[in-house]
Amino acid sequence: MRISPDDIVFFQHGFVKLNVTIAITWLLMAILVVGSKLITRKLSTDIKISRWQCILEMIVTGIKNQIEEVGLAKSGKYISFLGSLFLFLFFSNLLTIFPFYEPPTSSLSTTAALAICVFVAVPFYNIREHGLVNYLKSYIKPVFFMLPFHIMSEFSRTLALAVRLFGNMMSGVMVIAILLTITPFVFPVVMSVFGLLTGSVQAYIFSILATVFIAAAAHESAPSKK
Amino acid sequence: MLIDWFTVAAQLVNFLVLVWLLKRFLYKPVLQAIDEREKRIVLQLEEAETQKAEAYKERDTLRLKNDEFDKQRNALMNDAVNEVDTERRRLLDEARQDAEALRLRLQETLRNEHQNLNEEIIRRTRDEVFAIARKVLTDLASTDLETHISEVFIKRLKNLNDEETKQLQTALAPGIDTFIVRSTFDLPVAQQSLIKHTINESVISGANVKFEINPNLISGIELIANGYKITWNIQDYLVSIEDVLIKLLKEKTND
Repeated sequence: MRISPDDIVFFQHGFVKLNVTIAITWLLMAILVVGSKLITRKLSTDIKISRWQCILEMIVTGIKNQIEEVGLAKSGKYISFLGSLFLFLFFSNLLTIFPFYEPPTSSLSTTAALAICVFVAVPFYNIREHGLVNYLKSYIKPVFFMLPFHIMSEFSRTLALAVRLFGNMMSGVMVIAILLTITPFVFPVVMSVFGLLTGSVQAYIFSILATVFIAAAAHESAPSKK
Repeated sequence: MLIDWFTVAAQLVNFLVLVWLLKRFLYKPVLQAIDEREKRIVLQLEEAETQKAEAYKERDTLRLKNDEFDKQRNALMNDAVNEVDTERRRLLDEARQDAEALRLRLQETLRNEHQNLNEEIIRRTRDEVFAIARKVLTDLASTDLETHISEVFIKRLKNLNDEETKQLQTALAPGIDTFIVRSTFDLPVAQQSLIKHTINESVISGANVKFEINPNLISGIELIANGYKITWNIQDYLVSIEDVLIKLLKEKTND
């Protein structure tokens, strides 16, 4: 039984290969980028705007507000990363309504890659915001011997992020695949709808967790005001 | 193997590229557009506030002007109404006076016309009456009548009161002037001497008496002494009646 879409390989040359995961990721990227480009091509700064621009602005301002609500006041700095994370995951999961579609998020490689991104983003944004010294100091707060626990928590949460998303998406796809063999009519549709819901929720959870990690680290790294 | 490390690396790169692309094509332009719009809205709101303030100011000014205008209009209207009222009264008074004057003039004219008509009627009636009387008396005149008239005249001379006598005496200085006795017909000699005798006896003795004929006297006789006259004729009676009649008619017309 095939668990990951990584196993379907279109092209391979030594170490380099083109599998379904990468291909579908490119497709998603193309959809997102071309869609954004098409809509933002004729942006109006007037009070009257087009419907598409309105939808786009709602999405962007929604993400921005969400980031601010979690605690990152300067949301403009984080929106590119966190917003792209959410949109990529959301659309990746949304397209499961199409038959024969394999979401890239059902590949542990993708979720691991995204988790690694978050793993890197947390120190990156913290160091950029508060400096390297303040960031490193946060590992020995409140006492020195907390350092190994901090390091462990960094790795474990990255792993948790990766596995949580992968598990949810892979299981969804698997459940539908199994159900199709048992009851080919009606029930898989219901499961598909359910999969849409869980997919959207997972996209939201992944993004919001990433935001929370960055915000929490930023809060810890911030020099204490005495 | 669940994790393919090449795919992990590829997805990592893919994601970073996606982040960059979306930043360039989505977030940056959209956020910029939102910012610009917000700025524009803020500017428009500020402008609207300014305009609102100006509008309020203008409204207050206009309201003041309007009130002033209303006051002026009311004052002008009141003045105009008063002037019109005064003018109306004046014109009415004038018209009334004119009408009154016209009425009085008309009344006067009517009265005059009436009076003229009455006078004309009276005059004609009188003329006719006297013409008839003259005609009758002329037709009736004769020597006998003259004799009777002379007798009546002599009786009148004899019955002169003292004042009349005195006036005749003073009017005529004796021996200088002459009494003139005028009659319609030539008086008979007997009557002439009787009259002369009566004058000498009743008025003044030794007076010259001259007898003349005057056909205008209607059956009458008169004594003229230097402007003073004693007369008896029907003409005098007729004139007296005429005077009485005119007086009576005038009184009636005035009523």
